Amino acid sequence: MSDTPNIGFVRHEPIPPSAPPIQQAGMVKWMRENLFSNWINSILTILSIYFVAKIILASTPWMWNGVWTTSSLRECREVLQGTIGACWSVLAERWNQMLFGFKYPAEAYWRPTLAFVLLLVCIAPILFQKLPRNMLIFSAIYPFLAFWLIWGGTVLTPVVVALSLIAGYLAFVKMERLTGFATGLLSGVVAVALVLYLGSFVTAALPEFIALEPVASRDMGGFMLNLILGTVCVSLSIPLGIVLALGRQSNMPIIKGICVVFIEFIRGVPLITLLFVANVVLSYFFPPGTNLDLILRVIIMITLFSAAYIAEVIRGGLAALPRGQYEAADSLGLDYPQAMRLIILPQALKISIPGIVNVAVGLFKDTTLVSVISMFDLVGMIRGPISSSTAWTGIYWELYLFAILLFFVVCYGISQYSQWLERQLRTDHH
Amino acid sequence: MKKTVFLGALTVAGLAAGLVSAGTLDDVKARGKLNCGVTTGVPGFAEPDANGVWQGFDVAVCRAVAAAVLGDNMAVEFVPTTGKTRFTALASGEIDLLARNTTWTMSRDVDLKFEFVGVNYYDGQGFMVPASLGVSSAAELDGATVCIQTGTTTELNLADFFRANGISYEPVPIETGSEAAQLFLAGSCDVYTTDRSALAAQRANFPNPDDYVVLPDVVSKEPLGPLVRHGDNDWGDIARWTLNALITAEELGVTSDNIAEMSAGTNNPEINRLLGSEGTLGEMLGLDAEWAKRAIMSGGNYGEVFESNIGAATNIGLARGLNAQWKDGGLIYSPPFR
Repeated sequence: MSDTPNIGFVRHEPIPPSAPPIQQAGMVKWMRENLFSNWINSILTILSIYFVAKIILASTPWMWNGVWTTSSLRECREVLQGTIGACWSVLAERWNQMLFGFKYPAEAYWRPTLAFVLLLVCIAPILFQKLPRNMLIFSAIYPFLAFWLIWGGTVLTPVVVALSLIAGYLAFVKMERLTGFATGLLSGVVAVALVLYLGSFVTAALPEFIALEPVASRDMGGFMLNLILGTVCVSLSIPLGIVLALGRQSNMPIIKGICVVFIEFIRGVPLITLLFVANVVLSYFFPPGTNLDLILRVIIMITLFSAAYIAEVIRGGLAALPRGQYEAADSLGLDYPQAMRLIILPQALKISIPGIVNVAVGLFKDTTLVSVISMFDLVGMIRGPISSSTAWTGIYWELYLFAILLFFVVCYGISQYSQWLERQLRTDHH
Repeated sequence: MKKTVFLGALTVAGLAAGLVSAGTLDDVKARGKLNCGVTTGVPGFAEPDANGVWQGFDVAVCRAVAAAVLGDNMAVEFVPTTGKTRFTALASGEIDLLARNTTWTMSRDVDLKFEFVGVNYYDGQGFMVPASLGVSSAAELDGATVCIQTGTTTELNLADFFRANGISYEPVPIETGSEAAQLFLAGSCDVYTTDRSALAAQRANFPNPDDYVVLPDVVSKEPLGPLVRHGDNDWGDIARWTLNALITAEELGVTSDNIAEMSAGTNNPEINRLLGSEGTLGEMLGLDAEWAKRAIMSGGNYGEVFESNIGAATNIGLARGLNAQWKDGGLIYSPPFR
């Protein structure tokens, strides 16, 4: 080392890395790459910024200046004195009507609200696998509880229905073990009918037993009605859709024929015509006075409609399964119901999730169509009683913005959940 | 839709003899509630207020009939109907009475098998244009785009009017009145046409009402009135004479303020017959003697109902015009109570 020439300066530590050139880092780099990478993109970026700024500048004072406390559109205009501003007072005054419709008794608003909160509790264990499994017991009770809360009446009605379903399930399990699936199903149905028949005497005898004030179906309205229709129809149409999809793949010609005709017919008909049928035509088939509940008619029609779509989505999932899965199930000696339950459907349904969620979101938004058959869902309330009341006629943007916000929150939530679920259920690379 | 209505009406006409008309009055009494069809909302005529209680000029007819038949003007189940569902709802027996701005036309009366029990508002179709258009008569509207509500008689009247005048127009069909007004304000059409009462009501709520004018032309007769099904004349009589009772009460000066003292008996025999202190008019209808008294007390006589819902003092601000009593030069006229 000593014979080396004397070097004036030797660096003992490496030069600290200098910051990258300003054009290659951070915000500037990102903007250069994404917004201004060539002159077409630059022009588009500038145009977009111009329009976004224009919209924000135009709408912010309108929203910010909004009036919240008046009792009619005229008063809004007087308060605003010609300046730009929204008349949010309509939301404040008609808030309850938009959520619950205009006929639901005000002192009972807590009931649908509680039912909605419990709905979140009920679907949590179904949606999130990590929650304790015994919360599913509550999910099973929930539909009956919600019915009782929203419609009122004696608690015995939903209890009897629940008991009949339990009896049907027990009968099914017992008979299936002894004789097989078909007879099991049949005896289950018989048990349900029997308990319902006997229970109807009990409910008729004790109409005041732990009763809430009953609310008629035609008094339901507002966003509550959209949520009821959406939740009930989606949850009913998934099982029905599975049955239809399996039926369409069946080897038995009659069952296959019925399913194909049903699915193709429903898919070939617009939902709105089915709703008109539910509203006006069905009344002709019943003798006067024995009108089947309008909500029930609409639920049946929407459920049938979405079941046909879900059946096709699930059929896609079934078709995507390799042939080997079916053969593997057969080679294990499983009969048809077992093979479907244990091997085929779990895989097929997982593949179908995006499609099912797509149908569910579409269906939820389609529930606003009931406004054309004079049911007062959120859109029906806005189009009918609110925007044609003497105080608020002429209001438009405020109401529809509110409706858009409510629907967006719910639909965006559903879509985020489905993406999360797909990630959870992903089995291709672990 | 028209065919459905027609077929439906036929079906029901067949059923009617046996089932529906077994006695609407008995059905209503047994039910304890009158099922009354109204609009889904027309300012001043039928609208639920912030508490969900129906208010309005047409609603008052339902309440009067309920008061006459059941003794309680709140015993009404209001069934909101759209222009498309109203006739099937009545034909199928879902409602007992339709009081929904419905124009009395021959085909509705005869072909659809309904019975109009009278006229509670004489309307006519008019046109509203922006004042800046500088038009003073509808005949100058050649080539205009016109906003109209679909499924109503206004659509047909419009076509008739323009054809008769040999001028052309471009229709913009719209479902509800509030949407039509919004499009008109946004300038999507030059002209907005509907019944003049609705034009006045909507113009009153425009941001700048003075920028718009309702043209003087009235292109159609629109007698609006309540209706019932064919085939139950007893029920039709009750609805008809309840409406007539309100009209007669105004003519004779019976108001909700003085009805209590007048029902004790007056020198005017017609008032006595109307209010039940003389004669058996209520019995003829299958009701009690005080039916008309209750009907009038439910919302006042015809004039009071008019003034409190759509009259000059309200936001709607309609003048009586054709709807004044016949003695004042209007068309409101009731046959005598005797």
